Amino acid sequence: MSEYKVEQIEVHVCMGTAGVASGGEAVMAALNSEFEKRGLTNTDVKERNCKAKQTGCRGLCARDVLIDVYVPGKGPVTYEHVTAEMVPSIVEEHIVGGEVVTKWAAKKDYFEFYDKQKRYVLNDCGKVDPDSLEDYIAHGGYDALKKTLKMTSEEVIDEVKKSGLRGRGGGGFPTGLKWTFCRNSPGDLKYLICNADEGDPGAFMDRSIIEGNPHAVIEGMLIAAYAIGCKEGYIYCRAEYPLAIKRVKKALVDAEKAGYLGDNVLGSGFEFHLKLKEGAGAFVCGEETALIASIEGERGMPRSRPPFPAVKGLWQKPSNVNNVETFANLPVIILNGADWYANIGTEKSKGTKIFALSGKVKSTGLIEVPMGITVRELIFEVGGGIPKKRKFKAVQLGGPSGGCLTEAHLDTKIDYDSLIAAGAMMGSGGVVVLDETNCMVNVAQFFLTFTQRESCGKCIPCRVGTKTMLDILDRITAGKGKEGDIERLEALANDIKISSLCGLGQTAPNPILTTIRYFRDEYEAHIYKQKCPARECPELIEFVVVDERCKKCGICKKVCPVDAITWEKGQYAYIDKAKCVKCRECIVNCPFNSID
Amino acid sequence: MAEVKAVVEEVQERTPEELDWTKCDAICAQYAGAKGATIPVLQKVQDAYGYLYKELVERVGENLNISSHTLYGVITFYAQFYTKPRGKYVIRVCRGTACHVKGSGRISEVVFEEFGIRNGETDPDKIFTLEEVSCIGACGMAPVIMVNDKTHGNLTPEESRKIFKDYASGKMDE
Repeated sequence: MSEYKVEQIEVHVCMGTAGVASGGEAVMAALNSEFEKRGLTNTDVKERNCKAKQTGCRGLCARDVLIDVYVPGKGPVTYEHVTAEMVPSIVEEHIVGGEVVTKWAAKKDYFEFYDKQKRYVLNDCGKVDPDSLEDYIAHGGYDALKKTLKMTSEEVIDEVKKSGLRGRGGGGFPTGLKWTFCRNSPGDLKYLICNADEGDPGAFMDRSIIEGNPHAVIEGMLIAAYAIGCKEGYIYCRAEYPLAIKRVKKALVDAEKAGYLGDNVLGSGFEFHLKLKEGAGAFVCGEETALIASIEGERGMPRSRPPFPAVKGLWQKPSNVNNVETFANLPVIILNGADWYANIGTEKSKGTKIFALSGKVKSTGLIEVPMGITVRELIFEVGGGIPKKRKFKAVQLGGPSGGCLTEAHLDTKIDYDSLIAAGAMMGSGGVVVLDETNCMVNVAQFFLTFTQRESCGKCIPCRVGTKTMLDILDRITAGKGKEGDIERLEALANDIKISSLCGLGQTAPNPILTTIRYFRDEYEAHIYKQKCPARECPELIEFVVVDERCKKCGICKKVCPVDAITWEKGQYAYIDKAKCVKCRECIVNCPFNSID
Repeated sequence: MAEVKAVVEEVQERTPEELDWTKCDAICAQYAGAKGATIPVLQKVQDAYGYLYKELVERVGENLNISSHTLYGVITFYAQFYTKPRGKYVIRVCRGTACHVKGSGRISEVVFEEFGIRNGETDPDKIFTLEEVSCIGACGMAPVIMVNDKTHGNLTPEESRKIFKDYASGKMDE
């Protein structure tokens, strides 16, 4: 991470969604009132003035609220799990007294999270105030735009082509090439659309980028619009992200006022108008033709291609759609040059990629790593491994369109092509780690429930096919699986893949296919032995304490919400089946896996 | 798209406020002649009136010169348009992948145990509405819920029960 210099004392408070939810606003208020009370906001010595500043997410959401204390001439000190009650001591001891409060300061394991990361796109998240255009500019914001405006549009496209940037929304299509299609389409009015309809469950990098650094996305869009020749643009943001919407709205107003958007961008004669469109809750709108239909005010259903949006898109005009992260890469590329960028990553996947690490991993959060890092490094080094001393079982990559990888694939490189070869995909970058207590049939059922619910209903293979597959999975997890169900699932999956209209249907079977491919024995245990080996499917669990494994600790009794467990010190626990509601709290919390 | 549901609520007596079209007409006028106005108009009208009841949808249709059935086509497609009244608190239980593998299904069960409502339902006193949503993008703190605009993360089922009780008793309004 690059150096960040301050002229006065600055305390940065993480105020992304996770930061706010963990009490970021209270910490911010406590800092301000403490500074006020002690008269630290306006002292005689400029370097001793204190300012609390909100910043976007720096990634390690599991430790929020995080704050950084910057004192001029010294490196920053990070405190984790900060509450408003801790603020007076931090101000007293650290800011006034000059002694770091070591018991709350981030330790080695915090920094290990960042060791393997290379943060270029996310660099300003956690440093810049997302509501302040001035702050963005003070950190080099809009320099890339100024550089762009001195280049010809061909030069910009060539630079992006040379950088090797590929679409970060999941498809991995070369960005520069995509632009040429739209640029070469005849027509005066062309549209540029930013896809911020981040619908993949398990992915939240687009939200964090917009919340943490909205101007970077606007700057990226300006660069693209200049290269392609678009006069109008839209940011299509999903309605589930209220904070992102609020910040981008403010950023748009500020950018327009300052002349970065409008009829004559920075006096260069280049015209670009940008508007925000709020989605209304439909996963399929992440598909670009469905997104276009939604902007037009219709049901967000995909359209058949060709014609491609580059030829006939929004309101029948040539249109180019890119994802938030793709746009946020552009200022980095333009400023540092294509050669520099192409040096990062692997031969066919250049640059860095942001991943959302979640599930059964110690350090959940947002990370940016060079392409080509292995799955093992991602989970065990950056993520710190699996909590509660449990065993790693699988990792789900690429959301509902992606697939699972197992222990055998831990050394797979993360780039577009290696992942597809292994049966998963990059997708938007969601990485959900599963441990031995997660049932793979249940995971497949979960994704199918999702895709089935989100199917728009236009084409039959997806509408009916996903429902039929889900019915079979529901049956299997309820212990009513039949012989031949696995084969039926495989046959259906392959048919749906080739015959669906859009990406949602074409990829919906992937979670089923990869779980069958790698965990067929689990499907068989459900169907033929009426057992869920991971003990996640309630209908297939007996809920009995196995005395041989029970260590008589009594934890199960404490967590049972319906008092179905009897236990006395020194005795084995016992579950009363008449009272048990099969909620699995005992299984989840038993440290010795002693409930079958 | 949500599961098949009755689109229009059973006939209700409307209050004079509900039939006062001043706000509705003003919103529609803002978008007069604009392209792609359907969704933003419906969003703003819904914000102003609470939910999209039959008479309101018809009024929007007259203003925008769009038939009710076209409007209902749009309304029923998107999860965030509501054709029935909602509770004072909307509990959004995240059912994204990360929350799922960390047991968010149990949190929906807790809501049912406490208030007797399932996904999409509102309790008779119109205090709580339960919505299971696909992902609210706060996977780092799974399992997560949102109650109106406030996010609560890293929950156990029993912690969530306590939070719901706090809302029910008005403690959270302070």
